[in-house]
Amino acid sequence: MKADTPLTCKEIVELVTDYLEGSLPDEQRALFEAHLAACRGCRTYLEQMRQTIALTGRLTEEWLTPEAEQVLLNAYKDWKNMPEG
Amino acid sequence: MGTGALAETEKDLLAALQRGDEAAFLSLVNQHHSAMLRVCRLFVNDLAAAEEVVQDTWLAALESLHRFEGRSSLKTWLYAILTNKAKTRGVRESRSLPFSALEAEPAVDPERFHPKGQAWAGHWAEKPRPWERVLESQALSNELLAHVQAAIENLPESQRTVISLRDIEGWTSAEVCNILDLSETNQRVLLHRARSKVRRALEVYFDAKAGRT
Repeated sequence: MKADTPLTCKEIVELVTDYLEGSLPDEQRALFEAHLAACRGCRTYLEQMRQTIALTGRLTEEWLTPEAEQVLLNAYKDWKNMPEG
Repeated sequence: MGTGALAETEKDLLAALQRGDEAAFLSLVNQHHSAMLRVCRLFVNDLAAAEEVVQDTWLAALESLHRFEGRSSLKTWLYAILTNKAKTRGVRESRSLPFSALEAEPAVDPERFHPKGQAWAGHWAEKPRPWERVLESQALSNELLAHVQAAIENLPESQRTVISLRDIEGWTSAEVCNILDLSETNQRVLLHRARSKVRRALEVYFDAKAGRT
């Protein structure tokens, strides 16, 4: 796409991640922001991507079982008692 | 990351580990367990086998802990051990990571935009509807989070791993690229596809909640 051509909504939704990652070149970033300023649908879309990221961040991680933790702790205790090298 | 010296906090952590601080060791093990399993499962299909590989990784790390001088970050070091072990163990070794990166896959159904040749071509025909009101009414319900979880589980493996490491485990893009051996562009494409699909799944959910489908 030419540097001075305004972006369409269809193009915006493909650039959202690059925008949020800060990896858009300056010119494209300016076009992206100009589009956003004029387009409520794309502002909503960007906000939804942010909400998606925030919600994903609330998922819990898998934890070690107490048994597995005990095995590793024992291994670490053994390691402590071994001579270095 | 990279080749620089360890950050102060990492130096302290390494010193604690090397002098036998059990609490420091357990906290490190727990901090990385979930991400290690995710990375491991790129190579090892079976969960029980992946858990064994993670376990083996810690044992191998202990064997060389005295010799580790902190020229790379602890994280780089640990995950290098992990990926080596996982690849050796993995039945799926021949697979390389960015296998789904190159097919075209639009972030949003093309039907949502005005078609080519018309006025407003490429602009929203059906705009996304804001989620604020539904989000307020049931912020962080278990049902909502289960829905996010399911959307992530349905992703192709490489996309699932990248979004999980970035958005659940909080890794930087540099860490993901380095540890998974991905180019920055591929990492971004995988993240983009993954986030776009999770957004779409949430949109379906929220629209249903708001009584419109």
